[in-house]
Amino acid sequence: MAPPKNAPKPGRTLLALFAIMVVMAGLAVWQGQTKPKLGLDLAGGTTVTLTAKTVNGKNPPANQMDQAVKIMTKRVNGLGVSDAEVAKQGSNNIVVNVPGEGQGRVVNLIGTTAKLQFRQVFAVADGKPSTGAAPAPSPSPSKSAGEKKDGSKSPSPSASASPSGGASPSASSTPRGRALSGAMTAPTPKPSGSAAPSAAPSASSPLGQPSGRPTAPTQEYPGVTDKAVISQFEALNCYGGDRRAPGSNDPNRKFVAACDQDEESGQAAKYILGPVRVLGESVSSASAMPPNAQQGQASWSVSLKFNGTGARQFGEVTTAASQAYQQNPSSPQAQVAIVLDGQVVSAPSIREGAITGGTASIDGPPDSFNEQYATDLANVLKYGALPLEFKQSSIDEVSSTLGSDQLTGGLIAGAIGLGLVVLYCLFYYRGLGVVAVTSLVVASVITYEAVVILGEGMGFRLSLPHIIGLIVSIGITADSFIVYFERLRDELRAGRKLRSSVENAWKRARRTILVADAVTFLAALVLYFLAVGGVAGFAFAMGLTTLIDVVVVFFFTKPMVALLARTSFFGRGHPMSGLDPRRLHKPQDTSAPAARTTSQEA
Amino acid sequence: MGTRAAISRIYRGEISADIVGRPKIWYTISGLLLALSIAGLLVQGLNFGVEFKGGSVFTFKAPSASIEQVRGAVTDGGAHQVIVQKAGGDWRVTTESLSSDQVTEVKTSVSKELTVPADKVSTQVVGASWGGEIQKKAWQALLVFMVLIIAYLSVAFEWRMAVAAVVALVHDLVITAGIYAWSGFEVTPATLLGFLTILGYSLYDAVVVFDMIKEVTKPLGPTSRTTYSEAANQALSSTLVRSLNTSLVAILPVGAILFIGTTLFGAGTLKDLSLALFVGMIVGTYSSICVATPLLVQFKEREPKYKQIRQNIARREQSSKRTSKAKVSAGAGASSPSAGENGPSDDDGGGDQQGTPEIRSTVTVRKVVQSGSRQQPKRGSRQQRRGGK
Repeated sequence: MAPPKNAPKPGRTLLALFAIMVVMAGLAVWQGQTKPKLGLDLAGGTTVTLTAKTVNGKNPPANQMDQAVKIMTKRVNGLGVSDAEVAKQGSNNIVVNVPGEGQGRVVNLIGTTAKLQFRQVFAVADGKPSTGAAPAPSPSPSKSAGEKKDGSKSPSPSASASPSGGASPSASSTPRGRALSGAMTAPTPKPSGSAAPSAAPSASSPLGQPSGRPTAPTQEYPGVTDKAVISQFEALNCYGGDRRAPGSNDPNRKFVAACDQDEESGQAAKYILGPVRVLGESVSSASAMPPNAQQGQASWSVSLKFNGTGARQFGEVTTAASQAYQQNPSSPQAQVAIVLDGQVVSAPSIREGAITGGTASIDGPPDSFNEQYATDLANVLKYGALPLEFKQSSIDEVSSTLGSDQLTGGLIAGAIGLGLVVLYCLFYYRGLGVVAVTSLVVASVITYEAVVILGEGMGFRLSLPHIIGLIVSIGITADSFIVYFERLRDELRAGRKLRSSVENAWKRARRTILVADAVTFLAALVLYFLAVGGVAGFAFAMGLTTLIDVVVVFFFTKPMVALLARTSFFGRGHPMSGLDPRRLHKPQDTSAPAARTTSQEA
Repeated sequence: MGTRAAISRIYRGEISADIVGRPKIWYTISGLLLALSIAGLLVQGLNFGVEFKGGSVFTFKAPSASIEQVRGAVTDGGAHQVIVQKAGGDWRVTTESLSSDQVTEVKTSVSKELTVPADKVSTQVVGASWGGEIQKKAWQALLVFMVLIIAYLSVAFEWRMAVAAVVALVHDLVITAGIYAWSGFEVTPATLLGFLTILGYSLYDAVVVFDMIKEVTKPLGPTSRTTYSEAANQALSSTLVRSLNTSLVAILPVGAILFIGTTLFGAGTLKDLSLALFVGMIVGTYSSICVATPLLVQFKEREPKYKQIRQNIARREQSSKRTSKAKVSAGAGASSPSAGENGPSDDDGGGDQQGTPEIRSTVTVRKVVQSGSRQQPKRGSRQQRRGGK
C-alpha cells in the first residue's frame, strides 16, 4: 500500500495514458475500421437463436455443441453469406446472425439438423388425422376406401393411384417426393416403363389431380409391428404447423410416423416408415444438378454419392423395394423414403430394380425443387449432419430503419443525459467538475476506441442494449470521481493542506473504488458466462466500462487533480475551484464564518 | 432562503440524519413495500412480453394508417390474436406464434394493404419455451452471483456486511418487480437486462457506504466514546452526499433515455431497459442507506466487542452527568439503544434541534474520520459550540 511511484509525477502518467489512447486510435485506423460494428438490431438483419434439443433435457456435451458450430459455420460459408456469425452462447444455444435483410432462408438452413435417413415406406395416407377426417380435396375412390376397416392390403383401389403416379410422374401436381419415377434413380436411369419420357409432358398435368397419391387403404398396416406408431400415424396431422412428428428423426426407432416436408398443391401425405436402411453419414458427397431435359427432368435434383457401406445398404433397400414393386406395384413398400430431419423429402417407388452403383438422386416437383432448393439441400448434406437437433427459440428479423431510429433516439437521450450530468458536476463541483467532465470525455473516447478495436478483433457488435448500457455505465462511472472528490473535500474540511489531501484522499478512495468496481465486474462476469440472448453482450459492455472506469480514475482523474493542485487557482482554494476551504466549512480559523452561516439557517 | 441554505449545507457535506438510530421506521416502510410488492406479484403477476410467452411481433412504419387498417391488414394475413400498439409513427403488432410461412403471409398482407415495403417490416418470432429458458438462466445467474458476492464481500469486508448487502439487493429486486407487477409494465428481455444491472448498481452503492463504515469503526475499542451505531451513522451521514450525488448522476442519463424512449418510441428496448433501471436505481439508493446499513448495525451491535463499548459508555454516562450530556449531544441524536434509554439526550436535542446539533454532528465526523486519538478537533468543537450559543 505504498504510495504509487508515479504520484509525484502526474504529468508522466497523463502522457502515458494519452500515448495509449493514440496507440489505440492508431490500431483502429490500421485495422481499417473507425466505426463500431453495429449489431443486427441496428444494422438490419436476422438473428436466430437455436436451442439444442436433448432427450433428457440436460445440457448437451460441449464438444457436440462445438462441432455443431463448426458445421453451421461451414454451411454459412458454403452459402456464400458474408459477415454472418455463428456463435455458441451459454451451454445449449447457438446464435446465428445474418446481416442484411431477407435472409430468413439462410438462417433456416443453417440450423437444419440434416439428419438424412433412408427408410422403406410401410404405409401412406393423406396427412390428416384419420378418425373422422374428411378425405383430402377431390379424393380418389381409393382414399375413402382407406378410411375404414378394409382388412386386406386391398391393392385394387390404390393400384390405380400408384401407377398413374409412376407412369406419368405428375410431379408438379403431387407433393414433392411422389415424383415417383424420376425421384430416385440409378446414375444412368433405365428408361423402363417409359417413365422418364412421359415425365415432362405430365409434369404440367392439372394441379388438383390427386392421382399421384398412393394411399394405404388398410387399417392394419402390414408389416408394422409397433402399435404406438400406428395410433400416432392415425392421429398425425400434416397440414400446417410443425410437420415434425415426435420421434420421427430418431434413427434408433424401428417404425416411425412422419409427414411430408412440405404441403404442396394443398396436400401433404403422411407415412409409416420402416427401420433406417441407410444413414446420412454414408453420403460421401452431394451436389445440385440442373434439370436434364434430355432425360425428361423438369426440376433440379441433388445427386448423392454413397461411400462403400452406404452403397451396399442402399443397394439392399432398393432391392427390397423393387421386389415389393414387382409383387404389387401399389404396395407402399415399393417406396423408399428419403427422410430429412424427420420429414419425408420424397418417397419414390423403386421400379427399375436395385440401385447398386453407390449413387442416387433426390428430386421433386419443379416448382419447389428449383436451383436454390437443390443447392441448399446439397449444401446441407455435404457439410454433414449436425450432431444435435436444434429448435429455433427465437427469430428476430429487423429492418435497419427501425433500429437506427431507436439508435438515434438513444444517442440523443444519452447526450442529453450526459449533458445534464456535466451541468450538475460543474454546478456542484465547480473547478473539480471540469476534471470530472474531462474524465468522462476520456472514458468515452477510450470506450469508443475499445469497442471499435474489439469489433474488429473479436466480432463485438453494438446492439441497442449495449449502447444504452454504455451510456448508463458512463453515468455510473462518474461515481468513482464523486467518491474521490468527496474524500478530498473531507480531508480539506479536516483542515489539511490541498497537496497532502490529494494524496491522502486518494489512498482511501482508491480502495473504495477498487472494491466497488470489483463487485460490478463480478456481476458482469457472472452474467457473461451464464447469460442467454442479448444479456451476454450487455454484460460484456458492463465489464468493459468497469475496467475503463478503473483505468480512467487511476491514470487520468487522480493525476489530473494532483496536477491541478499545483496551480494557484486550485491550490489557494479559489471560490470557483470547488475546493474553497471556507465554503467547505473548514474548521480552525474559518470556524466563525461557518458557524455564522449555520445560525442564519437556523 | 430555506432551499438555499439546504443546498449550501449539502454542499458542505453537513447533511445529518439519524438513519441508523431508527431502524424500525425503515423496516416498516420496507416491510410495507415488500408486502405490497409480493402481493402484487401474487395477485397481478408480471406482464410478460412476447419473448416469454411466445408469439410473433411485427414492427413497421405506417404513419398514415389507422388502427383498424393495421389490424385488418394483419388479420387478413391469417393471424388471430392481434394486439396493435402505436408508438410514434411505428406500429407494433403482436400475434400468436406463427410459422415462418404464416409470417411471410402477414408480411405480404401488411405491405400490400398499408403500402409498406416488405423489407421494412421487422418481424420477431419467439418460441414459447424461449422465455422459460431465459428465466431459468436468469435465476441461475442470480443465485451464482449471490453466492459469489457473499464470498467476495466476506473476504473484502466481513460476512455481516455481505449478508446485509445481499438482503438489500433482494429487497431492491423484489420491490422493482412489485412495481412492475402493479403497474402492468411489460417484462421483456430488455427489462431483464435492467434488473441485472440493478444487481451491480445496488451493491456498488452499499459497498461504498460499507467501506466508509469499516474505516470509521476500525479504531473503536473498549474505551471509545462512540458506539458502533453512532459511528456507523456518522459514516452514513458523511457518505450521504456522495450517495445522493452518485444516484443523481446515474439517474440523469437513465431518465433522459426513459423520457425519449417513452415519448418517441413507446414500447421498445429503450423504454423497457431504462424504466427498470430508473425504478431500480431509486430503490437501490434508498435500500443501501436505509436498509443495508441499519441491518448491518443491528448485526454488529450483537457482537460482544460492541456490546461492551455500549455498556462502558452507559456506565460513564451514569457516573457523570456532564460527560453524558456532552457525549450524547456530540453524538447528534445518538443511536437506537442509547437514544431509547436516555431521556436526557432527547431533552437536550429538543431545545435547538434545528441548528446546533448539526454542527456538532459534523464535528464528530471530523473526529471520527481523522481516526486519531488527538483531542484537538473535539476540543475545537466544544469551543465552537460555546461560541455558537
